[in-house]
Amino acid sequence: MNFLTGAKRFLLSSLLVYLFLKIFFISGLFSEYVQQIILLAFIVILTSLGLNVIYGYTGQFSLGHAGFYGIGAYTAAYLGTVFQVEGLLGFWPILFLGGAVAGLLGYIIGVPILKLRDDFLAIATLGFGILIRVLLDNSDKVSELLGGSRGFIGIPKIVNLETAFWVMVFLILVTRNLIFSRFGLFWQCIKDDELAAGVFGINTAGLKLMAFTYGCFLAGIGGALYAYLYTFLHPSNFDFLKSIDFLIIVIVGGMGSITGTLYAGLLWVAVIEGLRIVLPAQMLELRWVFIPILLIGVMMWKPLGLLSRKESNLLGLGERG
Amino acid sequence: MDLFAYLLEQIVNGLQLGAVYALIALGYTMVYGVLRLINFAHGDVFMVGAFTAYYLISKWHLPIYLVFPLTMTVTAFLGFLIEKIAYKPLRNAPKISLLITAVGVSLFLEYFLSLNSLLTPNYIGFPRPFDVISYHLGLFTITNIQLSIFSITSLSLGVLYLLIYKTKYGQAMRALSHDRETASLMGVPVDGIISFTFIVGAALAGLGGILYGFAYPQINVFMGIMPGIKSFIAAVLGGIGIIHGAVLGGLIIGLSEVFVSAFLSSTLRDGVIFFVLFIVLLLKPSGIFGKKIDKV
Repeated sequence: MNFLTGAKRFLLSSLLVYLFLKIFFISGLFSEYVQQIILLAFIVILTSLGLNVIYGYTGQFSLGHAGFYGIGAYTAAYLGTVFQVEGLLGFWPILFLGGAVAGLLGYIIGVPILKLRDDFLAIATLGFGILIRVLLDNSDKVSELLGGSRGFIGIPKIVNLETAFWVMVFLILVTRNLIFSRFGLFWQCIKDDELAAGVFGINTAGLKLMAFTYGCFLAGIGGALYAYLYTFLHPSNFDFLKSIDFLIIVIVGGMGSITGTLYAGLLWVAVIEGLRIVLPAQMLELRWVFIPILLIGVMMWKPLGLLSRKESNLLGLGERG
Repeated sequence: MDLFAYLLEQIVNGLQLGAVYALIALGYTMVYGVLRLINFAHGDVFMVGAFTAYYLISKWHLPIYLVFPLTMTVTAFLGFLIEKIAYKPLRNAPKISLLITAVGVSLFLEYFLSLNSLLTPNYIGFPRPFDVISYHLGLFTITNIQLSIFSITSLSLGVLYLLIYKTKYGQAMRALSHDRETASLMGVPVDGIISFTFIVGAALAGLGGILYGFAYPQINVFMGIMPGIKSFIAAVLGGIGIIHGAVLGGLIIGLSEVFVSAFLSSTLRDGVIFFVLFIVLLLKPSGIFGKKIDKV
């Protein structure tokens, strides 16, 4: 029963946050730009959560997460343009397809790639991410619509506070339930000791693939939301450095912690986008000098991240609710 | 006949690029040998080498025979510092923590140096140290820059070979990459040899940086990322941890990159190289010269 109480509490606190945000959005206290970066934060959290499932829970290091994010964004944008989607009703299937295509690609790539371990998996996923970037850069040779290195233009702006927020809340809840299910337990066993997990009869290859596919699906959903929030896509938004962004969020927040990803994602968007409003331009470039130092510091003092395997009971994400 | 001349020209161009990749790949492969770490910051050491050479040549007007040793000293010192400050405290940490730290070091070097008060993120023209002269031998054309790149690379490979296979330091390095624990029991000073490996690798990356500046006279703070990753792929292709594998891998990557640009499309060249990486990792993860396939 505690499990369900937790879900209820999470939904309740989400509702409170939503109402709070809604008041600020309606009253006009937030400028257009602030509204946009708040929605971006939800998308970043969702996508990072996908990486946390792959890396934080299952221990499969991936440096190509932004590639799947990009696939989701381009798929959704392409389908939406072809079928001339303009309203929310048509957006839902497009959103799902964006996630599904990214997930399917994750599955196809995952079959061979997940046999590799640690740093070889890292370099293979990194290579895959760069491959996606190259393909997106050349995508105008396949279809003029995709824009290639000029970027994909003319996507309608559909994503609003309700869409971004509730999609995130729903998928966090799904992820939480998965983590607390036996699959989640198996994933964590694989992370702790893959050999021992196999000996206990856990189908390690299948479960790693499942985690990877699901993580890529989340990235695809995040990408699709991104496309219909920013209305413009460019291959450079989905390159290697973007994958590093998600990695930093997962690591600093804590491996195997939804709460950690939630807070770190918010903090990340506040630092990267929010500081643009506050700080003068010459101070802004210093952000990227301190972020790597923070990353190295976390690795030295708390190698598993700040909130590793801890969940907030206040938000209802913990097991006890 | 024109096609044949064009082909020859592309082969020389490919070998020129491959020689630079080989120099960087050596650093990756040696560090991977002793520490089992993909040193992501290695590409940035290469970048620092190019910038140091740029400053020595265009700002201080030093003669070219001083530029080489000075640049290599600077990058060797940088490699030493990176290992001491960032990697040594994590000697017994999980592999991935070390890898993430390496990514952090790489980002730090790039963004710290790209500050407007330092090197700025703009492209800078690398000065030619001497005028370009082309030599023609029938259909075969080669420039003095290409000649100097080939001769300097071969010379340093020879020195490295002697260092690794004929000196005590090299023996210790090979012992470490075989089995760190046993080597330390046999009296090999592990920390010292790891530092030494970083110093040698970083000096070679610095050399690669100078030669890259000669050949492709546009440098930038972020120039190290792609050559760095490609050189690592070269090291994997040849068999990670194997010295001559890194050289062969570098040449193959350089040649395929130039050939794809010349005969297919220059925007596809990175894609093709990562495709090659996939094939290698899936079919023979231990690389061309790797003997046994154990856990990777």
